[in-house]
Amino acid sequence: MAILIDSDTRVLVQGMTGRAGTFYTDLAMRYGTECVAGVRPGKGGSTHVGLPVFNTVAEARSDTGANASLIMVPPHRAADAMIEAIEAGIGVIVCVTERVPVMDMLRVKAALDGSESVLVGPNSQGVLSPGLCKIGVMATRDAAPGAVGIVSRSASLTSEVVAQTSALGLGQSTTVGIGGDPVHGLGFAQTLELFRTDDDTRAVVMIGEIGGTEEEEAAAYLSKTDYGKPVIALVVGRHAPAERRMGHAGTLAMMGARSAAQKAQGLADAGAIITEDADAVAPAVQKALRGG
Amino acid sequence: MYIPEYHAKEILAQYGVTIPDGGVARTVAEAEDRARALKAERFAVKAQILAGGRGAAGGVVMAPTPSAVGEAAGRLLGSRLVTAQTDAEGEVVERIYVEAAIETAHSLYLAFVIDPTGARPMLLGSARGGVEFEAEAQADPSILETLHLAHDGAIDEAALGGFLERLGVPEAARAAVHALIAATVRAALRNDALFVEINPLVITPAHDAVAVDAKMILDDNALFRHPEFETTAREAVRDDYERIARENDLNFVRLEGNIGVVVNGAGLGLATNDMIADAGGRPANFMDIRTTATSFQIARGVELLLSDPGIKVLLVNVHGGGMTVCDTVAEALNFAYSRSDRRVPVVFRAAGQNADWARSIMKDRRLPHENATSMRAAVTRAVAIASGKGA
Repeated sequence: MAILIDSDTRVLVQGMTGRAGTFYTDLAMRYGTECVAGVRPGKGGSTHVGLPVFNTVAEARSDTGANASLIMVPPHRAADAMIEAIEAGIGVIVCVTERVPVMDMLRVKAALDGSESVLVGPNSQGVLSPGLCKIGVMATRDAAPGAVGIVSRSASLTSEVVAQTSALGLGQSTTVGIGGDPVHGLGFAQTLELFRTDDDTRAVVMIGEIGGTEEEEAAAYLSKTDYGKPVIALVVGRHAPAERRMGHAGTLAMMGARSAAQKAQGLADAGAIITEDADAVAPAVQKALRGG
Repeated sequence: MYIPEYHAKEILAQYGVTIPDGGVARTVAEAEDRARALKAERFAVKAQILAGGRGAAGGVVMAPTPSAVGEAAGRLLGSRLVTAQTDAEGEVVERIYVEAAIETAHSLYLAFVIDPTGARPMLLGSARGGVEFEAEAQADPSILETLHLAHDGAIDEAALGGFLERLGVPEAARAAVHALIAATVRAALRNDALFVEINPLVITPAHDAVAVDAKMILDDNALFRHPEFETTAREAVRDDYERIARENDLNFVRLEGNIGVVVNGAGLGLATNDMIADAGGRPANFMDIRTTATSFQIARGVELLLSDPGIKVLLVNVHGGGMTVCDTVAEALNFAYSRSDRRVPVVFRAAGQNADWARSIMKDRRLPHENATSMRAAVTRAVAIASGKGA
């Protein structure tokens, strides 16, 4: 069944006519994703990579029945694009744009409040339900349909774990990149909850890193939930130098940010299986699934 | 982007925050002239570096007369200041700030931050401002008060009243502190600040509110709408390696080890360095090749590593996918090595998109390398070579 996106997902691409938009829309369609429209203000009525182009998300949605959006617009336009998709009632919005200003994300989050939309990103590699649907910029070569849900703050480590779990014959139900930015949409805890109720997902891999409080929130969620599936966590950055130069490390600590080792300990206390390094993740999943 | 005191105070003053009279000096003579022009009873002489923690490290000196200001300036200018927020080498003091010392009745702490979970700006405050505040707040978080703002920074007046009360602001100074907070929030929002700290926020015996020390961090990602900060942004990157890397779409942090790392992706970069440290090795850098980097840009990053005589081995760990494919990185290595006399051995680990092609480039161009299949195998080999046990 997968989470967030599956074979019923109909994708529109905001910023489809740009270089990256063209490239990734083409790749997604070759992968079998049902792309139905592109949005580019001023180019409505034209056709690009075989798809109709609309001026607005609302028009694209009502004409094509799109229920998900991939946003690939430049950083200064990203917030408006996300808000437009939210206001048009798009169900799943994936923003891969990097370097979106934080203040802009505060506006986006206010628009998201009380809406029906789920936002993934920005600065996310996207969401992939192998064999069903791809919305994003991730590699698909090593992905295979299967039992492992992956939620991650890192695109490159996700690729790594995808390749490892496929090599062991486990495959993936869905991979979700929550993105590397401080203010973003879907978080670890919410994604874990989606995986919990997904029948296809038998184990979840969570890839965290230093900075922010996502891992702490995930630990709080796990400790109050009877999760019922193994959660395997990797938190990287244990040996990264402390962020001293920026001068607000102390303030971040006051606001609850912890070191990678403390984050891992918190997750272990909440019942997650901690792996020491990236190569150990897939074997740990295999062991947990065999052990029941 | 870190905005040092003198610059942060200028910005805050533009929005109506009261700051002590003062100015920047780069020489002893300039410092003395500044002091004479101030006509104050006492002076503060403050080192301007791109880090905090100066008070506890001797970077802030009180002086009774303009000539004493000159003496203090002579000691500070050109010296290296090591604080809790710099690295072990510290930073050279190139500028000082000379200002009139302020009579203090109360010292508060005030900060504007973004609460990432609530996705709203937030004020932090404390009645216990001063140099010891950070340490005290970590030992006893209850001395810290918080006030959430609306997502657009709007302040709820009633809530702000309660906040000021919790900070112990005397009735007679309420209006002044209120105005200072409103001006600070305005300055933060207009300049895309992720962090503004005023410590101490001094309440004078005459019930004025003065920002005696301030620093700001601006959002690098919002620079496109702040061309006025372009020069500041260039000056904020002090390390030449990091500056060149940034210009070439690489995130690069210099570390102190002897294993140069070339990795795509921040997470994979952190994971690689963790693994090196666990295996007893020391990475010379952290690298994250951004997805938009070309082989020529990546080559500049490799050249930076080759130019460091302390580096004994390069560890390349690339997971190809999206736009960065493995052969792009192999081409970059080839290009950098063709322009360098050094034949630093490479441990090459490629996975994902075009990994085979990348390995064939490494082989065909006769780069001094060995292939590794897993991350752990690559790290083990690199650590062995770096410690002289490679052959």
